[in-house]
Amino acid sequence: MSKLFSKENKEVFVNPLNLDNPIMVQVLGICSALAVTSQLKPAIVMGLAVTIITAFSNVIISLIRNTIPSRIRIIVQLVVVAALVTIVSQILKAFVYDVSVELSVYVGLIITNCILMGRLEAFAMMNKPWPSFLDGIGNGLGYAFILVLVGCIRELFGRGSLLGFQLIPESAYHAGYLNNGMMTMPAMALILLGCVIWLHRAYFYKEKK
Amino acid sequence: MAEVKKKGLNTNSNGYTLIYSTIIVVVVAFLLAFVFKALKPLQDINVALDKKKQLLYALNIRDISDAEAAQKYKDVVLADEIIDTKGNVVDKGEQGGEKAGFVLNSADYKAGRLALFVCKVDGQTKYIVPVYGMGLWGPINGFIALDADKNTVYGAYFNHEGETAGLGAEIKDNVKWQNLFKGKKVFAEGTRKVALSVVKKVDDPSTQVDAVTGATLTSNGVSDMLIEGLSKYLVFLTSK
Repeated sequence: MSKLFSKENKEVFVNPLNLDNPIMVQVLGICSALAVTSQLKPAIVMGLAVTIITAFSNVIISLIRNTIPSRIRIIVQLVVVAALVTIVSQILKAFVYDVSVELSVYVGLIITNCILMGRLEAFAMMNKPWPSFLDGIGNGLGYAFILVLVGCIRELFGRGSLLGFQLIPESAYHAGYLNNGMMTMPAMALILLGCVIWLHRAYFYKEKK
Repeated sequence: MAEVKKKGLNTNSNGYTLIYSTIIVVVVAFLLAFVFKALKPLQDINVALDKKKQLLYALNIRDISDAEAAQKYKDVVLADEIIDTKGNVVDKGEQGGEKAGFVLNSADYKAGRLALFVCKVDGQTKYIVPVYGMGLWGPINGFIALDADKNTVYGAYFNHEGETAGLGAEIKDNVKWQNLFKGKKVFAEGTRKVALSVVKKVDDPSTQVDAVTGATLTSNGVSDMLIEGLSKYLVFLTSK
């Protein structure tokens, strides 16, 4: 057991949450981060779905990594990811139909998420299954965390609510407060994301020096 | 042993690459086919129940559990008729029906086999007309419930497959917006041309609904869908 949670493995899991965050540092998966963060709920669901699928596709690719012909490795990775995503969406549709309707377009988006391909290519192809699994979970959560952050800001200021519950009271609207329509637009997500990356770098890169 | 043997293979040779890709494709194909077949019956039940709920939403019957929805559908829907564009009844359907108008899809709709749900809510006759169209990213559809005068909108529900959450998806998620349709008229005063539509600037509040902010293209899709769809039912809607 101690080997399972060795120092290296811990780093593999913790690094993507902060210093090697897929969105803030690797700058992967930006497109889906812009598309699904106009409200908090889809951001959470998308974050969880990506976490699960990154982890399992990492494990599968890691298991067969020595047999994959290098010239078609990207295609093999894509086939594994697409098969996994399709199976997950079919299972959701059969057992939790509401959630599958909620996810609808995002499930397809997961296949094209750069984080998956990036992690498969950069990590799972040359590491054992268990560290690959941790790497997948870590990167998925690192991605989910940023999505939730941006989703929170956009829903709160764009609609005055969180998870659909109205937070800004009616009286504030009567007093002249207006929801910021810009926040619901994808362009604002890009600006917010830029600010998050900026703050993160300004803080952590100074420490390094 | 197998592992050692695999390592001995030249994984970069053409033959190995071809065989490898063939095997992986066949394995994945069988796996997907199996999953799809095994889960199909369960999915069909879910899809049918979801459609019933959508029909009930159009009748402003919301916030009901799955079990209640199935029963309520049986109570409320008197017949799931199939009619043609000339207003003739092709199939009478049945009470709480799931076989006639209920199973029609957008292909039947384009071919002129139109579903018409005759319902009774609180003793009053209502008609539900399904409409199909295109949003920004994919197909959208809707159910428009009309009063017995075949002109006044009683309720509306819209659904989509891939509109953007928070923008185009509002046509489905935003109940307040759907409620804007209540009381609108299909036809403008004294005309026989479908006027019910979604516009950015409302000129005629009796037939026009304000578009969804930030979702102009999806809103246009809804508008086209309403005009095109309800026009198919023109003969039925204008016969008294």
